[in-house]
Amino acid sequence: MPVDWSELLAAILLLLGAVLALSAGIGVLRFPDALSRMHAATKPQNLGLIAMLAALVLASSSWITLLAVLPVIALQLITTPMAAHMLGRAGYRVGSVRQDLLIRDELEDDIRRAQRTGESPGRRASGRDR
Amino acid sequence: MSGVRHGDGSRRGAAHQLLLLGGLVLLWLLLWGSFTPIDVLAGITVALLATRVFELPPVQLTGRLHVGHLLLYLIRFAGEVVAGSVQVAALALDPRRTPRAAIVEVRLTTKSDLILTLVAVTLSLVPGSLVLEVDRQRSTLFLHALGVQDGEDVRRIRHHALDTEYRLLRAIGSRAELRKASR
Repeated sequence: MPVDWSELLAAILLLLGAVLALSAGIGVLRFPDALSRMHAATKPQNLGLIAMLAALVLASSSWITLLAVLPVIALQLITTPMAAHMLGRAGYRVGSVRQDLLIRDELEDDIRRAQRTGESPGRRASGRDR
Repeated sequence: MSGVRHGDGSRRGAAHQLLLLGGLVLLWLLLWGSFTPIDVLAGITVALLATRVFELPPVQLTGRLHVGHLLLYLIRFAGEVVAGSVQVAALALDPRRTPRAAIVEVRLTTKSDLILTLVAVTLSLVPGSLVLEVDRQRSTLFLHALGVQDGEDVRRIRHHALDTEYRLLRAIGSRAELRKASR
């Protein structure tokens, strides 16, 4: 029986995607605070999704699938950093940060500096003003 | 190098608007995976609705595009997305230690919203960093970096962020900002 290479590659990609998604899940469980968890939720998860979609394109071997998958990947890459930013920012503000695991916190330094000089802190000027 | 736009402001605004609408209709068609007249009509309706309901300020393009540098940027970006995923997956699966982190302040040189946004998006997807806070007035990013051990790592994160900005400026930045960043 001849080996169907595209199916084999699709299977490998599916497996790879599943492993990455699993590691993202483990990261969300294991990482110590909200900010670290956002790393797990954005990076391996993204590549995992791309691997899965690539497998889908290979298995269906149709151009229409590729055309539908490309915007999905692009939108995913654009939106996950935003989601991670919003959640991370909220997490930092409510103090969901393990300070003992941070080797440096320059945002805290910046807020202190701003409070001393009486300016508005940097984190208030976050692009909502235009 | 190309892409310098001329003409009066309102005409340019209308052209941008049409480009945006066209892009949205194309996206709609791609997501449905079919290209019948009904789909096109529905796409136009949805695009018009979306742009009316969620009105956004126009994106200020820098007016310069270097295709070669953009390609280099995208290739490097793809490689870094893979590296970033593998790094975080490895940290997640390593049972021996809890990863340490740092919050790093990076002062970028650009004043362009578009470049600032793209740098922030890129840095969130590549190894080690996640954008925690953006100070638009001072073009400053605060990055949360995972898997950081010492000051040397912090220095590397900062250098990588500035390098990403420089590569992006080389691809689509304005000449003035590129000159400023190369100094």
